[in-house]
Amino acid sequence: MHESILRQQVEDAYKMGAALNIVGGDSKSWYGREVAGEPLHVDGNTGIISYEPTELVITARAGTKLSELTAALDEQRQRLPFDPPCFGESATLGGTVSCGFSGPRRPYAGSCRDFVLGCRMINGKGEVLSFGGQVMKNVAGFDVSRLMAGSLGTLGLLLEVSLKVLPHRQAEQTLVVEADFAEAVTMMNHWAGTPLPVTAMAADGELVYFRICGTHSSVKKSAAQIGGTIYVDGLNLWKDIREHQLPFFNDGRPLWRLSLPSDAAHAALADAVMSDKTDWFIGWGGAQRWLKSDLPAEQIFALAKRAGGHAALFRGGDRSAEVFSALPEAQMLLHKRLKEAFDPKGIFNPGRMYRGL
Amino acid sequence: MTWVKKKQLIENLAEILPTSSILSTEEELKPYECDGLSVYRQVPALVVLPETVQQVQEILKLCFAESVEVVARGAGTGLSGGAMPLENAVVLSLAKFNHILQINELGRTAVVEPGVRNLAISQAVDHLGLYYAPDPSSQIACTIGGNVAENSGGVHCLKYGLTVHNVLGLKMLSMEGELIELGGAALDAEGYDLLALMHGSEGLLGVIVEITVKLLPKPELAQVVMAAFDDVEKAGQAVADIIAAGIVPAGLEMMDHLAIRAAEAFVHAGYPTGAQAIILCEIDGTTEGVGDYIVAVEQVLNQAGATELRISGNEAERLQLWAGRKAAFPAVGRLAPDYYCMDGTIPKAALPSVLRQITQWSKEYELPVANVFHAGDGNMHPLILYDANKAGELERTEEFGARILELCVQSGGSITGEHGVGIEKLDSMCLQFGAMELQHFFAVKNAFDPAGLLNPGKAVPSLHRCAELGRMHVHNGELPHPELERF
Repeated sequence: MHESILRQQVEDAYKMGAALNIVGGDSKSWYGREVAGEPLHVDGNTGIISYEPTELVITARAGTKLSELTAALDEQRQRLPFDPPCFGESATLGGTVSCGFSGPRRPYAGSCRDFVLGCRMINGKGEVLSFGGQVMKNVAGFDVSRLMAGSLGTLGLLLEVSLKVLPHRQAEQTLVVEADFAEAVTMMNHWAGTPLPVTAMAADGELVYFRICGTHSSVKKSAAQIGGTIYVDGLNLWKDIREHQLPFFNDGRPLWRLSLPSDAAHAALADAVMSDKTDWFIGWGGAQRWLKSDLPAEQIFALAKRAGGHAALFRGGDRSAEVFSALPEAQMLLHKRLKEAFDPKGIFNPGRMYRGL
Repeated sequence: MTWVKKKQLIENLAEILPTSSILSTEEELKPYECDGLSVYRQVPALVVLPETVQQVQEILKLCFAESVEVVARGAGTGLSGGAMPLENAVVLSLAKFNHILQINELGRTAVVEPGVRNLAISQAVDHLGLYYAPDPSSQIACTIGGNVAENSGGVHCLKYGLTVHNVLGLKMLSMEGELIELGGAALDAEGYDLLALMHGSEGLLGVIVEITVKLLPKPELAQVVMAAFDDVEKAGQAVADIIAAGIVPAGLEMMDHLAIRAAEAFVHAGYPTGAQAIILCEIDGTTEGVGDYIVAVEQVLNQAGATELRISGNEAERLQLWAGRKAAFPAVGRLAPDYYCMDGTIPKAALPSVLRQITQWSKEYELPVANVFHAGDGNMHPLILYDANKAGELERTEEFGARILELCVQSGGSITGEHGVGIEKLDSMCLQFGAMELQHFFAVKNAFDPAGLLNPGKAVPSLHRCAELGRMHVHNGELPHPELERF
């Protein structure tokens, strides 16, 4: 049993007080701060445990490849609603949930944590715990399984995750309309406020991209209302945006992710970091702004804060410094106490999220 | 609380609040003795009604310094005793925090105080073509702060999610009176997802003083299909068939024979009283999309053996069809002096076997049960009818209810889908979680409230309690915590 081996490894590390660097498919090792620690390989803990399409719930071991999961869902014409990026063939369910990544559909369907229903995990002492469950509605006990999403493996080692899934839509179409960033932000927020079934919106400074999903007749009608021109290869466009395969992302400069209110004025942001060396790409209908820039981290953190959100150094740059917006003192205290509760000796991915956590 | 301590506390509170906002006499305190679950009652030491965040902050600091327990309270509509006072506690009513602070039309968010009623948010943004999606049946009265504390659901959560899916940010105060901001108007926040953790935390982790909610555009059209079945199991299968057909209804509800008859007698919704079960399936979206899916739903329901189908032709008919479901609880309430509402969740596939077992127990206990069911997401509300004035009947009802919850856990579900654990389901928590998980819940509580003064004793049972009940999970033949005495 792979699980008992993992448990033994964690128990041993606990006894020794030795740091572990959890490695799933090793597809996202560039995310978060640098971790010193013995690699703990968890990609052998694989397999879908239960999947009953009419329950809209799937449970799989955390080392299961995301591609295997989506293929199994696809066979039943279902999908992971949060549309997670893989960033590589080897991406696992556990890594995806630990990073809390969601794709272009996120503002309209919900985020990774929104669809986490339950998990089994190993805490920092090597004890196996089970939180949440395999039903959509469950308010018994604190919602620890959602807390695990996006915690970068710092609270525990995920063994199994249960997710809510949804059916595929019948039809989809991508449209493009010409607009600069400022116009794009207004336009995207406008359409998000209408009943049209828009399921993704992005802007590159010249064009705004809209994806509409629904029944054939509702897609046709919505497309006519939004106007613009039809983008033929929409399927690959959204995949490239999700997987960072657009030319925009192919660049040596550090890539920053700014998570902001969707209607945050873009001019104010752009003016603040005006230089030849910055470029933007807007996703999530305005709520996610990608910035390529060599500017000092403090400047970008401050910029995101002023705009009502937060920033993360997503890829590249100095990963020995802080890569996520600083937490206020009271919150950091809560983080430390939670870390202590689940991982008393601080053996799981120490410092991956914040220094000293 | 001793008379001396209480007097001193009132004096100290009077420096923070006008005396009219401090309730201390028996007749003033009596209305606060319970929440929506009125079988459990306890008059608190005091009730305070602050109006500003600063006042709440000072009250908490005072209570923290004096080691006084605090029970936060919204509208008191909760169904699990989560807001039931404690004997020595101050009840912190947030009823006066009833202002909508900001509405952002373009960004589709609203910033509201915790005492704002759920429905009031949708009403305030109606003219913008927006609404707040979660709609617990108490939405006329329940407050958004309480919704966060309980992670409330409603009939539309299959498609639109629970409260946790519709809140973007919170401002809360720790027991020490420290202001903590979680999230905001962006879609996520830095660090751990404490925002998610706060949802359903039943007032044990902090006092919520401001909430940023997500607003959704109102759908162009909503239509509901009512289907009647001569057999509950057929109806259960029809629910699975709708999902299997790739349809995500806005609401997918089921009622059994007794619930149908009660509702029909009460509001005359036009339900077929001879049916063993009815399904209400609502589709919303664009006019075209709704048209397409309604056709598909009709087809699925006919194939599943529906004996009668009715489709709302206009908004009045839609509301009429829903009226029976929305009034199901009070309607059932007319059948007996008292009813006890359960809230277990099960995988949909377990529905027939669970219903069969409930029917059998109903006969054994000689207590009728009406079943109302959020079928789409597996959340059951069996309503056990009883008469509290008959000796032993409440005890039998509670025992029956606990067995239903145990069955839900055994079937792979949960003891509570949306009503919370509160004081009511503490014992059942021992069935759903092992000692290790409970310990970690206490560790989470301890991280937020090390002094253990916020709504203590609710939501998470002590290991001792579970051990005494003999309900502790036994893993591999080993009892956890052998050091604990078991009586």
